[in-house]
Amino acid sequence: MIKPYKIKVEGVSKTFTSGGKVFPALDDVNLTVEDGKFVSIIGPSGCGKSTMFNIIAGLTPPTGGDVFADGESIAGRAGYVGYMLQKDMLLPWRNILDNIILGLEVRGVPRKKAVGRALPLIEKYGLKGFEKHYPDELSGGMRQRAALLRTLLYDRDIMLLDEPFGALDAQTRLLMQNWLLEIWRDFGKTILFVTHDIDEAIYLADEIYVFTKRPGKIKAKIEVPIKRPRSAGDMTTPEFAGLKSTLLKLLFSASPDAETAGGDEID
Amino acid sequence: MTKPSKKYACARAKRFIYDDEHQIKKRKKIIAAGRIAVAVLIFAGWEFFTHIGLMDPYYWSCPSAILETTWEQLAHGSLSGDIAYTSASAVIGFVTGTLFGAVLGLSFWWSKAYAGISEPFLIVFNALPKLALGPVLVIMFGIGFFSKAVLAFLMTVVTTAIYAYGGVKSVDPAMETLLYSLGARRWQVFTKIVVPSSLPWIISSLRVNIALALAGSIVGEFISSEHGVGRMVIYAGTILDINLVWVGVFVLSVLSVVMYFCVVLLEKFLSRHFVRMNGQG
Repeated sequence: MIKPYKIKVEGVSKTFTSGGKVFPALDDVNLTVEDGKFVSIIGPSGCGKSTMFNIIAGLTPPTGGDVFADGESIAGRAGYVGYMLQKDMLLPWRNILDNIILGLEVRGVPRKKAVGRALPLIEKYGLKGFEKHYPDELSGGMRQRAALLRTLLYDRDIMLLDEPFGALDAQTRLLMQNWLLEIWRDFGKTILFVTHDIDEAIYLADEIYVFTKRPGKIKAKIEVPIKRPRSAGDMTTPEFAGLKSTLLKLLFSASPDAETAGGDEID
Repeated sequence: MTKPSKKYACARAKRFIYDDEHQIKKRKKIIAAGRIAVAVLIFAGWEFFTHIGLMDPYYWSCPSAILETTWEQLAHGSLSGDIAYTSASAVIGFVTGTLFGAVLGLSFWWSKAYAGISEPFLIVFNALPKLALGPVLVIMFGIGFFSKAVLAFLMTVVTTAIYAYGGVKSVDPAMETLLYSLGARRWQVFTKIVVPSSLPWIISSLRVNIALALAGSIVGEFISSEHGVGRMVIYAGTILDINLVWVGVFVLSVLSVVMYFCVVLLEKFLSRHFVRMNGQG
């Protein structure tokens, strides 16, 4: 029996033209994610992960292939998934509350209703008392929380998170990872999570897709059998270490120059 | 550059530590007292040198005579009406020019082609000495109030457009991407991102604009007018009443300073309520 999928990327490829030259960024990418799964995506810099996210989010049309969610094609349809970009992208002239309800505001939800939905989330997920503060008054972790709540409140079944914790220090990062898992458990969203950090990828995900370097292609799909709920202690188990070494091999064996490729991430 | 010696660093640190509130207050007092002293010195010197004949009072007048004539003109002459006339045309030109210029500059966000076509014209029109258009404007719009307001408008509109366009160009593309990812339409991106992030740029054009608008009004009055402080100065010049010329200069200086401070207040108000950029409230 074929399992029902939540989101399916089918044969997606993408090329960019620059100065008359054609640069392939993605080459025949296929992935299928079941409802409510947490999927991590890792790969060398410049492997086109961000490009793939932009395609899924409907911001960039694919050169070939298609993206399906709930059985419908969503290529070129912005606003179908919740998308959290690398930087927190809080608008500096809006306070935290107004930043969090931005998505609802764009969708035309009346302010009162939007605030009514935002306040319980703000309270539950650790931003209580900061509603009237401006982003420049908050720490990096707090800003990231606000950005994630904004994506969450936008209330789509699928959330794309592009290296959301990349700029945080190790301790804050671990706190935020646990916080994210808590939210994921509470809301049952389907999450696609791009990261450079192998530990983070394993710790959070049910499945991990490994990308090759440019043009981006899926090299492998790894299941993460570690039981949930997980805690930081799981990162020191032999099981975890085994997964990590498999992933490291996948990332670096076939492409020894991956680290020195120095390609810029295509946004 | 050599590394600063330890002793030097120590002295700096000491100075920094003791630079507390008390020290800052004291410095503020010294600055205020110094400013007043310099102003008093200038006016007293002016008064003194014209009295002993070292400066010719025919050309230089003297502060006491200027103040006296100003008072006289305010009480019995048409000076208060002239002040109102000049300020009104400057303020109307300033407000309409700033608003129109801001709308024009922001409109360039909508189309890169439209912006590209317009840009050289904007630069040329900015370089054009608008004051030289004065005679044409007076012929077109008459010697009344309107031609002065138009000149003040022209003086401000292009600068504001250029500032606003600068704001548009500096909009963070990732913020636009964010809005599009939320399914926003273009006008939503415009109102929620482009306008607020360009606002500090537009606000920073206000100070320049008020001075430009006033200059436009005065030159308009120079060319041909029945009222206004600028007309009074020209009139006084033709009848060789140099004292009255000085009165005009004095009144215009005061007017300019008053307008400048009003704009600073407006700026503060706008910044507090509508603007918040990274790190500066």
